[in-house]
Amino acid sequence: MEPKTLFDKIWDKHVVHSVDGGPQVLYIDKHFIHEVTSPVAFLGLEKRGLKVSRPDKTIATPDHNVPTINQDMPIRDVLSRQQVDQLSKNCETHGIDLYGLNHQWHGIVHVIGPELGITQPGMTIVCGDSHTSTHGAFGAVAFGIGTSEIEMVLATQCILQPKPKKMRISIDGVLKKGVTSKDIILYIISKIGTAGGTGYFIEYAGSAIETLSMEARMTICNMSIESGARGGMIAPDETTFEYIKGRQFSPMGEDWDQKLAYWRTLKTDEGAVFDLEYNFKAEDIGPMVTFGTNPGMGLDITKPIPEVKDIPSASQETYLKSLGYMDFNPGESMNGKSVDYIFVGSCTNGRIEDLREVAQLVKGKKKADNITAWIVPGSKQVEQQAYEEGLVDILEEAGFKLRQPGCSACLAMNDDKIPAGKYAVSTSNRNFEGRQGPGARTILASPLTAAATAITGKITDPRDIT
Amino acid sequence: MPIDKFQKLVSPAVPLPIENVDTDQIIPARFLKAIERKGFGDNLFRDWRYDSNNEPIQDFVLNNDTYKGKILVAGENFGSGSSREHAAWALYDYGFRVVVSSFFADIFKNNALNNGLLPVQVNSDFLKQLFNTIEKDANAEFEVDLENQHIKILDSGSSAKFDINPYKKECLLKGYDDIDYLLSLKSKIDAFEEQH
Repeated sequence: MEPKTLFDKIWDKHVVHSVDGGPQVLYIDKHFIHEVTSPVAFLGLEKRGLKVSRPDKTIATPDHNVPTINQDMPIRDVLSRQQVDQLSKNCETHGIDLYGLNHQWHGIVHVIGPELGITQPGMTIVCGDSHTSTHGAFGAVAFGIGTSEIEMVLATQCILQPKPKKMRISIDGVLKKGVTSKDIILYIISKIGTAGGTGYFIEYAGSAIETLSMEARMTICNMSIESGARGGMIAPDETTFEYIKGRQFSPMGEDWDQKLAYWRTLKTDEGAVFDLEYNFKAEDIGPMVTFGTNPGMGLDITKPIPEVKDIPSASQETYLKSLGYMDFNPGESMNGKSVDYIFVGSCTNGRIEDLREVAQLVKGKKKADNITAWIVPGSKQVEQQAYEEGLVDILEEAGFKLRQPGCSACLAMNDDKIPAGKYAVSTSNRNFEGRQGPGARTILASPLTAAATAITGKITDPRDIT
Repeated sequence: MPIDKFQKLVSPAVPLPIENVDTDQIIPARFLKAIERKGFGDNLFRDWRYDSNNEPIQDFVLNNDTYKGKILVAGENFGSGSSREHAAWALYDYGFRVVVSSFFADIFKNNALNNGLLPVQVNSDFLKQLFNTIEKDANAEFEVDLENQHIKILDSGSSAKFDINPYKKECLLKGYDDIDYLLSLKSKIDAFEEQH
């Protein structure tokens, strides 16, 4: 048999039909929905007089617009409340499991899928959110879709999709101290650019990836879309199986044994061909920060902002516009710049391991007075675990408060907005203009770098905090 | 449920020579709270179009009466970021039927095609020609012909071919919709479910 990539093995197994010269009809194993991108899809179904084809393969949670304080109270913002209520109504009408506000399993869709054991190797997973790529960390083909595509999946459990090309990014070696998986992915995007992955599905491989925890792997796969790639994945291994075992929706008994045997076959065969390959060395990666208005504009915290002459001439105007928005100048150092906010959270870095890293760094220290800190757990389970592990006590002693779960300041659909002109070091995934609030200036970084910054009040290399 | 057909369009174009225009710029997240698909055009490029007092920002191209038309010509890597289909809806609702760029983000491209908004990808030299043509004459007209897959600068006659998936081309020309197509495959899908 011809050697196959991990991606091909999963994709090909789910093809129901191939349109001549066109896209393929792909069967979807799990469909996550949330309050913002699904209502128009349900309206479409209604107009066609259709019911959801497989409610048992559909899971809902409101996350994008929900407040992160007083979640036991009715949502004050009328439009947000309407969207959340509409999601509840749609789930009720169609018999879809909903983990709503205050449910013990509520949270950001890409945090709860894995932690409930819904996300499993070999699956095809979609959601009306570009960070669906997160689930690829388990060796699943997972990608974000638009609302028309949500309607397709609701109606037929299938999606029409052109098959992407395949890319492998290998990171070998040992990561330096203070360097996390967030730094790996920011480094990759700074090298291949925000369009470098467009048209591809990425497999991350290499010794530096294999040693990562599931949570760290999720951070990397999560930001695949920021390179333009529809998705990213990592072959499942013992770390993966260990994580999945015993969760609410994980297979049990004989079913577990059968699935595990199949999961062990999910890896790229020796000699399988990728359309494009990159190789990076773990040792070359330092703590990363972004300085511009797209995630590709990132650099090692010890290096200066690039000079204009080093930017291709066609891109210089956009480059200067971007620096103008940030009010930064070429040649300046990011390290030591004063900032106003730190945000720890989101589907990129809102998991328990992220909170542990932050707590460990700030333990016994105090938050700087100029910093407003928003620490937002990715889910109710993360929140509960943070209390149980004593992380919340450590954070509170250092002057931080834990908010309640949701997407929060990552996209600022709720009240968690960074004010115009203010700087925020954020563990989220996008530093676009106005992403965290109109006029807000975002610097993407790891939870460690955000925590170090919160202690000193200025952008700080986490290795400098002892 | 048919989408609007797209066959041929002749129109002046609106220039937006900025690279990496992301979907948060096309429509910021705070305007995604509707539960119906209407009125998104009002908030197209909201934070480039209006200041914090909701006053139009004069030097933004959509506030400049000189430029009009159903074609938006934008810099490289248009539509990156979020999967929000609201970006395609906002452009369409505002009146655009074609977006031209030298590169499109994947999800945006799919979303556009699913809504009758045609993404036309040209090489960077032709994109520059388009910008130059508009700069010289804001009323210059362009022909976008889907059947023949070309975009033409009518004054100079200079034209470029563009690629489109044959299936999506057929859908746009005839106004077909993916969901109707998938529903027509129901027995195949049922058979697949039984086998797996």
